[in-house]
Amino acid sequence: MNKITTIKEVIKHIKNEDTIMIGGFMGNGAPPTLIDAVIEKGIKDITLISSDTATIDYKTGKLIRDKRVKKLYASHIGLNKETGRQMTDGELDVELVPQGTLVERIRAAGFGLGGILTTTGVGTRVEQDKQKLTVEGVEYLLETPLHADVALINAKRADKSGNLQYQGSMVNFNAMMAAAAKTTIVEVDEIVENGEMDPNLVVTPGVFVDHIVKRGENDE
Amino acid sequence: MNKDEMHTLIAKRVAYELEDQSLVNLGIGLPTKAASYIPRDIKVTFQSENGFVGLRGLKDDETNDGTIVNAGGQPVGIEKGGAFFDSATSFGIIRGGYVDCTILGALQVDKNGNIANYMIPGKMVPGMGGAMDLLEGAKKVIVAMQHTAKGNPKILNECNLPLTASQAVDLIVTEMGVIEVSD
Repeated sequence: MNKITTIKEVIKHIKNEDTIMIGGFMGNGAPPTLIDAVIEKGIKDITLISSDTATIDYKTGKLIRDKRVKKLYASHIGLNKETGRQMTDGELDVELVPQGTLVERIRAAGFGLGGILTTTGVGTRVEQDKQKLTVEGVEYLLETPLHADVALINAKRADKSGNLQYQGSMVNFNAMMAAAAKTTIVEVDEIVENGEMDPNLVVTPGVFVDHIVKRGENDE
Repeated sequence: MNKDEMHTLIAKRVAYELEDQSLVNLGIGLPTKAASYIPRDIKVTFQSENGFVGLRGLKDDETNDGTIVNAGGQPVGIEKGGAFFDSATSFGIIRGGYVDCTILGALQVDKNGNIANYMIPGKMVPGMGGAMDLLEGAKKVIVAMQHTAKGNPKILNECNLPLTASQAVDLIVTEMGVIEVSD
């Protein structure tokens, strides 16, 4: 299967009311071209799962700014005042999830688990309406998987099989999101032939990746 | 003292609490300042919850290519011997007890070591980010904050804001003093 495609083709996989995961942390490691394509196509009523909402005119912040998101799962929204305003005014439904729990819920969805147990959030508002389990004398919250229709992720380099390598701190949520969605689309700087990437140094195996677009080349 | 002087005093004092060869996570804002005042005779490694160990400030002659940021999204560098990893590994390191010490800011702390630092209902809801996990997993939790907020005490018998974690704080450092939370 040829995974290499164009923005124009790949955007057909995303529709209104989809649950979309977008990688990155304060925009670092979020896929800029894919986010812009979602904006341009007018996709709306999104359920967005992301570490944060960056800042108002940057990366995932643009989706909030343009009111494309109806429900948000994130760990931190403090650096995007518009997200806070929409939440306070009842325009946006926000579920704040501790960051470590957020990535584990994504991992659980990708890796076939029914949930994870964590002590994070015990004794806080996070435990409300959640099942508690005691294991070896310690009380844990049962946190359930977060699935998605589409994951939009970002990497430095892909080979034609979709094996990925990242740069700097840009791997963050991308690696787990790649596994957790029905369709995973990655935006990269560079695509190499199979065999050119050392299999020992692959971070995300290509089995999780459905479509690859190269930044700057597939804009039309 | 103005606010800047207070923050510098607190940052300098809290830096003295760090131990040689420890792995440390600093919260955004005032705690980050502590990195500038680490005593010269100790070696501390910083963990950044967005996915690496070996965080350091950018050098003067270093270009910022935007590929490495700290937990506040600001450009930083990585030390020789550092490592990048994904968020699941990062919070595995945090919850797994590999972080020796975390220094965080707070809105309120109480006598039982309960801490509130992620929301003021109806006013400010920035979210907890990685703070709940750090409070659960770090071996030692130090709060670095101003003693009061606009004249109102922040160290209380009982927090009245939503808690970020219960019975988590070990030490409080303010411009007025250093307070150990004990049973």
